[in-house]
Amino acid sequence: MASDRKSDSKVELLLMGGSAGSLKVLLSLLPTLRQDLAFPVVIILHRKADPDSMLDVLLRNHTKLPVLEAEDKMTLQKGTIYLAPPDYHLLFESNKLVSLDYSEKLNYSRPSIDVSFQSAALACRDKLVAILLSGANADGVEGLKCVKSADGLVFVQDPDTAEVAYMPRQAIVHVKVDAVFKPEHFPGLINNL
Amino acid sequence: MLEPNVIKDEELEILLNDVFSVYGYDFTQYSKASLKRRVNRICVIDKFTSFAELRYHLLHHPEYLQRFVEEITVNVTEMFRDPGFFKALRDKVLPQLGTYPFIRIWLAGCSTGEEAYSMAILLREANLYNRSLIYATDLNPGVLEKAAKGIFPIAQMKLYSENYMLSGGLQDFSSYYMANYDVAKFDTKLSERIIFATHNLVSDSSFNEFQLVVCRNVLIYFDKELQNQVFTLFDESLDSLGFLALGAKETIRFSNLENRYKQLDTEKIWRKNM
Repeated sequence: MASDRKSDSKVELLLMGGSAGSLKVLLSLLPTLRQDLAFPVVIILHRKADPDSMLDVLLRNHTKLPVLEAEDKMTLQKGTIYLAPPDYHLLFESNKLVSLDYSEKLNYSRPSIDVSFQSAALACRDKLVAILLSGANADGVEGLKCVKSADGLVFVQDPDTAEVAYMPRQAIVHVKVDAVFKPEHFPGLINNL
Repeated sequence: MLEPNVIKDEELEILLNDVFSVYGYDFTQYSKASLKRRVNRICVIDKFTSFAELRYHLLHHPEYLQRFVEEITVNVTEMFRDPGFFKALRDKVLPQLGTYPFIRIWLAGCSTGEEAYSMAILLREANLYNRSLIYATDLNPGVLEKAAKGIFPIAQMKLYSENYMLSGGLQDFSSYYMANYDVAKFDTKLSERIIFATHNLVSDSSFNEFQLVVCRNVLIYFDKELQNQVFTLFDESLDSLGFLALGAKETIRFSNLENRYKQLDTEKIWRKNM
């Protein structure tokens, strides 16, 4: 894996963003996460603005790690998976707190992956790892650039393995990614961070 | 398009302190992550190439202040947003309010007024409007002017009409407005009993007693300390047995109000104890 980050840097946050076709791959990846992860995982998926969504329940059935829908001003805990709630942007404060935001949609999306990636990059700098999965629009690509310019790590799902290749393909074209991974290589990539 | 980040944490602090000391608007306890985005956004829209340029312009052009405040606060809203919430108001709260001879409601952070008109429609359909008064407040005078006009883009009416029906509305939603080219002008009877007024939750105090306070998706922009301060303000403004309604992802849990209010089922509505 190509990485120029300093050996003393410690990951504080893992973000995963995806759109069309990302749920299936996410459900295959989550069970492979080690149970003693040293950082929180935050998932930003494009989803309908449906308050009765059962997405968190679905994710919970695929991992032994606790899964919570992120709430305003919640403090992120290591080894916990957080899901961005529908119809809000998810932002990151400097002290591991998250904030919700109901400002304009970006890339026709709220939550927008770009918004969360940029905000986390500003808060966590080089202690951030961002992953972009399958999807049909370019939301997330600008955000990955922010992560990169803050010296964070950027991983992108191999477009050949993605149900919808557009999003990861755009990322690879426009961002200097640290790794393009196939789903089977995901555990090796993440569990050793 | 994602705005590039042009402002550092220290610079944001400087800007907020300027705005407070020069103009008296206190944003220092607003959530920084959101403010940063808003400042980046205003730099793109108003073509400031640096923090220094924005700061200079703001401090030397007092007439720019109103626009600045309006743009760094979020003014995104819709009619009957979260229809389930409005259904709960209809089914559970309005029947209680109906037992009062006179009903006072405070919509705090009403922005461009979509929620105020939604509330007026609910009250009218419950035959309570003629003995109600809605105080709709916001810190931005500009959005209140828009709100008072009751004119919204016609393109939104399809969504609002769907929301309205999901909230339990039985009328033809289009009977509440006149379509004119690309806008919908709402019946002036709906705004007859709405008082639009400026009020800043950070610095202004309680101004009346209400049976219902609605403040949705405003507290998410505040830090925890300011959230608690505003909860106290709402508490002082609520009659005993009054209702407090918050946004879908907001809660009084962990606040100083928690023990004296009881949540209505799973709705984001709490009722003050006797």
